[in-house]
Amino acid sequence: MFNQPTVSNKAFAGPAAGERNIMRRIKADLACKWRIAKKHKMQYLFIMPYLVIFVAFTVVPVVMSMCLSFTYFNILEFPRFIGLQNYFRLFVDDRIFIKSLANTIMFAVVTGPVSYMIALFMAWLINDIPRTLRVIVTVLLYAPSLAGGMTNIFRIFFSSDATGYLNAILLKWGIINEPIKYLENPDYIVPIVIFVILWGSLGTQFLSFIAGLQGIDRQYYEAGAVDGITNRWQELWYVTLPLMKPQLLFGAVISITGSFNIGSVVTGLTGTISADYSAHTVVLHLQDYGTTKFEMGYASAIATVLFIIMISSNMAVRKLINKVGE
Amino acid sequence: MIGMKIMGIKKKRKIMKRRVSRSVRGDIALYLFLLVFVAVMMLPLIFAVNMSLKPLNELWLFPPRFFAVNPTLKNYYDLFRLMTDSWIPMSRYIFNTFFITIAGTAGHIILASMAAYPLSKYKFPGSNMIFRLIRSSLMFSGAVLAVPNYLVMSTLGLIDSYLSIIIPAFGSTLGLFLMKQFMDQMIPDELLKSADIDGATEWDKFWKIVMPIVKPAWLTLMIFSVQNLWNTGATPYIYTESKKTLPYALSQISLGGLSRAGIGAAISVIMILFPLMVFIISQSNIIETMATSGMKD
Repeated sequence: MFNQPTVSNKAFAGPAAGERNIMRRIKADLACKWRIAKKHKMQYLFIMPYLVIFVAFTVVPVVMSMCLSFTYFNILEFPRFIGLQNYFRLFVDDRIFIKSLANTIMFAVVTGPVSYMIALFMAWLINDIPRTLRVIVTVLLYAPSLAGGMTNIFRIFFSSDATGYLNAILLKWGIINEPIKYLENPDYIVPIVIFVILWGSLGTQFLSFIAGLQGIDRQYYEAGAVDGITNRWQELWYVTLPLMKPQLLFGAVISITGSFNIGSVVTGLTGTISADYSAHTVVLHLQDYGTTKFEMGYASAIATVLFIIMISSNMAVRKLINKVGE
Repeated sequence: MIGMKIMGIKKKRKIMKRRVSRSVRGDIALYLFLLVFVAVMMLPLIFAVNMSLKPLNELWLFPPRFFAVNPTLKNYYDLFRLMTDSWIPMSRYIFNTFFITIAGTAGHIILASMAAYPLSKYKFPGSNMIFRLIRSSLMFSGAVLAVPNYLVMSTLGLIDSYLSIIIPAFGSTLGLFLMKQFMDQMIPDELLKSADIDGATEWDKFWKIVMPIVKPAWLTLMIFSVQNLWNTGATPYIYTESKKTLPYALSQISLGGLSRAGIGAAISVIMILFPLMVFIISQSNIIETMATSGMKD
């Protein structure tokens, strides 16, 4: 009733007919949505408690930080709006950022897919063994992730002073004559960082893959056997993987966030700044500006750029995973 | 109807109780491979335990030895003595950490599952957008969020209270994403429809049908949450000493210089015990969910 255009409205040269049509359609659409929403009152009620907390402690801070990326902000003074200057500075002036971006992408391309595959492969391997044994093996394989910072252990292992294990062994066997400075030499740092990251790849995604595999009903395997599946690999590709697509997508996001956020492993192994910035990553660059140099505006710009890169790579990976089983 | 369906499947199961080729040779290869792999993966743990058993003179030995020659519990004894001497009784730190871990984990599992259920099983205006928002927020770097977070916390009056750790944990992103993905996989729509016919309320469906089926999911989530909260050290939101956590107190002890390196190793062994226990309990309870048999299409 109230939505009907009035005569007086027509008398003035109001919105063109086509435009008015669109308006009406939008209104009808909204009314329809409102009706559906009303029907789902319970569902909104279920989401509400989580959503309120999520918005307060995640959405609000993230949006605030994105806004800060257009300002100069040193924490002490009120942020001052400077437009896109931070972004210009990032891509034009900051050579260390470009270097760290290249490193980050290199680390992500190498460690992301490989750690994903390792986690999936190991979860699948142990899925078939008897339950008690499976629990034991799972506990032992997850141990590095439980132990958290394994970097201190690897730091001792690769250390170039008297406590270094690798040097001690190589010296003893006469392979080398003087200790190698593994963690100070750019040629060694990158492979060592990759090795340590892959070592820790049986983490979050590994456990979710295990639980996902356990969620698959056995009757599907039986049905698969009837349909002419002859070996384990076919079973994996045509039965198992399609049925755990939700977990595959979850694991992909975890992989992406993990491999683009490499930082603590590097600092744990090499100290705050690696020699020649050889393993410097975007996250470390961000932390450098945010927590050491107190340039929060600039750090927020770095975070926003990283965010955009991760979102777009996630979209690409989703497309890939949706092809599984075809 | 459903009963008949299940009967049909049981019959089917009897007929073909076999799986695709499982050769003995393949199994042997599998176990050998696992043995080697497990041994390698366990090195850091063995290393940590060994370090904690080494007396001081062996810690800086050259060439370094992997195993302790004269294992001793002195590091643990020293740690215990240091703990009893502390200004605030150690039991207070222990209580703080247990309280934060248990409250945060329980709340997170319940709130995240409650929110994941409608997002997974219903389509309503905004559902897609909410889920996308949550998924993408996983990818924003936490390092720049300290200042905005501080502002939010002080607006809400959470500064210097346990709640500054517990409440954000309730709304953490990982749990919702995980629960939603598992509900997508494990809960057949037919099951919920038949519950509707029986006149079940939304809460009944959630609590009595959905949650038992996705048990492997929330058991897994429990590990992540416990691990995360248990290791919460110093935060910028809590400054009263008696409200600080165990990892914080222990890290203060291990900062006492070179002579406390052995104690530091003992600390890392002790800190891992509780998450390890939770992990073992959770993993041994993850069993195939047969409840969904015959319901999926």
